[in-house]
Amino acid sequence: MAIKQISVFLENKTGRLAKVAGELKNHQINIRALTIADTSDFGILRMIVNKPDQAYDILKKAGFTVHESDILAIEIDDKEGVFHALMELCDANNLNIEYTYSFVEQYSNKAILFLRFEDNDKAVALFRSHGYKLLADEEVRKI
Amino acid sequence: MIWNKEFETMPQAQLAKLQAERLREVAERVYARVPFYRKKMDQARVKPTDIKSIRDIVKLPFTTKDEMREVYPYGLLAVDKNDIVEIHTSSGTTGKPVVDAYTQKDIDIWSETMGRTLSMCGATREDIIQNAYGYGLFTGGLGVHYGARKIGAMVIPISGGNTKRQLAIMQDFGTTVLTCTPSYSLYLAEAAKEENIDVSKLKLKAGAFGAEPWSDNMRLEIQEKLRLKAFDIYGLTEIIGPGVSSECEHQNKLHIFEDHFYPEIINPATGEQVADGERGELVITTITKEGTPIIRYRTRDITFLDRTPCRCGRTSVRMNRLLGRTDDMLIIRGVNVFPSQIEEVLLRSDGVAPHYELHVDRRENLDTIEVHVEVSGKLFSDKIRNLEKKEKEIEKELREALLIHAVVKLVEPKSITRSEGKAKRIIDKRII
Repeated sequence: MAIKQISVFLENKTGRLAKVAGELKNHQINIRALTIADTSDFGILRMIVNKPDQAYDILKKAGFTVHESDILAIEIDDKEGVFHALMELCDANNLNIEYTYSFVEQYSNKAILFLRFEDNDKAVALFRSHGYKLLADEEVRKI
Repeated sequence: MIWNKEFETMPQAQLAKLQAERLREVAERVYARVPFYRKKMDQARVKPTDIKSIRDIVKLPFTTKDEMREVYPYGLLAVDKNDIVEIHTSSGTTGKPVVDAYTQKDIDIWSETMGRTLSMCGATREDIIQNAYGYGLFTGGLGVHYGARKIGAMVIPISGGNTKRQLAIMQDFGTTVLTCTPSYSLYLAEAAKEENIDVSKLKLKAGAFGAEPWSDNMRLEIQEKLRLKAFDIYGLTEIIGPGVSSECEHQNKLHIFEDHFYPEIINPATGEQVADGERGELVITTITKEGTPIIRYRTRDITFLDRTPCRCGRTSVRMNRLLGRTDDMLIIRGVNVFPSQIEEVLLRSDGVAPHYELHVDRRENLDTIEVHVEVSGKLFSDKIRNLEKKEKEIEKELREALLIHAVVKLVEPKSITRSEGKAKRIIDKRII
């Protein structure tokens, strides 16, 4: 139960992000969530999009270095203490988080948390056994 | 195949005798007919009669590129202008061009040594040679062309550039031998991949690549990507063009056609000859050329000589593939750095493309060197850590190879300018 995330290698140069966004726009691909990890000379753009396989192909064709990876999407209540509880659970079970980002749903009181683990299967089993709702690709696309 | 058994397998002692005769003869000719050489020889107090053996070559003065420019365009002519049938020049990007003027006999020699070169790469009259060196004043195009004609192969004079057409012709005509610069061969391989051309269906068997320094690692990459055997060939406009030396089927150093081009290796700082096997600057004398004979030309190319016998049966001395240029050599914080050393490290490293650029600068009186390398899809994932680890790893290897610290910066694929001719890899911003 993981969803697809698209990562793109970006040099720290003006206009690169606009180029990526333009490619997506031209193919009617919608970005659901994004985050950029950066170092002094390059960055990695990570995105959740509505058509990940197509996004991968068009960006690759446009000459970008692209990678598709599996990450978990968890729907949680948008209120204080929920994120903390989740982190405590990971910590108690020795589950190391590579990185995380999130977005808040517009018409409900839910938030979606994207989490990248070294061991997705272990994380899935743990969250399931504690009643967390993991979203599949289709569900994220519908939001 | 050995194209000319008599000369290519001549016993060394006999060859030395032939070279001495030819050197004496060319010294007489230039002394009598070229004021430029007469003046230099008079200044050095040497007469043609002082040349008794090939070892006496050290008595003759060197010729440099700058001197050749000063006497542009006809100052080096040793024959009547009416006897010249063709001229070529260097590009002249760094000043006035250098002129090479050929008599019919010179063209015959050129055809002969290029015929030998192509034969060494395995070409015969049954081959189809796609010649992607530029035709024109540049010697590459016509040099290969004459060699191909000499051995009776079919030559496709497509010249450089127009990559799509190169690939189409290659497929349509069933090209078996490709001739171009090594960096352009990789460019073609990339383009073939983009066009979804199945390289295994091409008929390519060999490539004769020259006009710029490259490494063994780059050879392996070209051979894998284009599925051919890649040979290093060497030559320069000042001497004749391509056809000065070439690798044989063993791909182990380049046989110099020393019955026409006599090689020496000198210490560039002192001008003294160094021992065989020792690195230094290659110096070449044309001992048969008529139009513009060149005496002890300082090539600025760094290599060494190997006189041990080659398994192919040829007796000629071999030069190592170029190790750099005396003028490309960068001095970074007092350390001599050759771009070829950097290239070797990069090609050994998984996950980066062999395209790179060196950015040299000076900050607070300290030289800095930054190596820009293209990241490849193989290395990239969603994690920063892998990329940073790769940067550190290459930096460490560079430090071991160069003895100085170079900063490695990963850049996007294809962001480094591809060249269809000689690759420009150094950007030196230092103001000294």
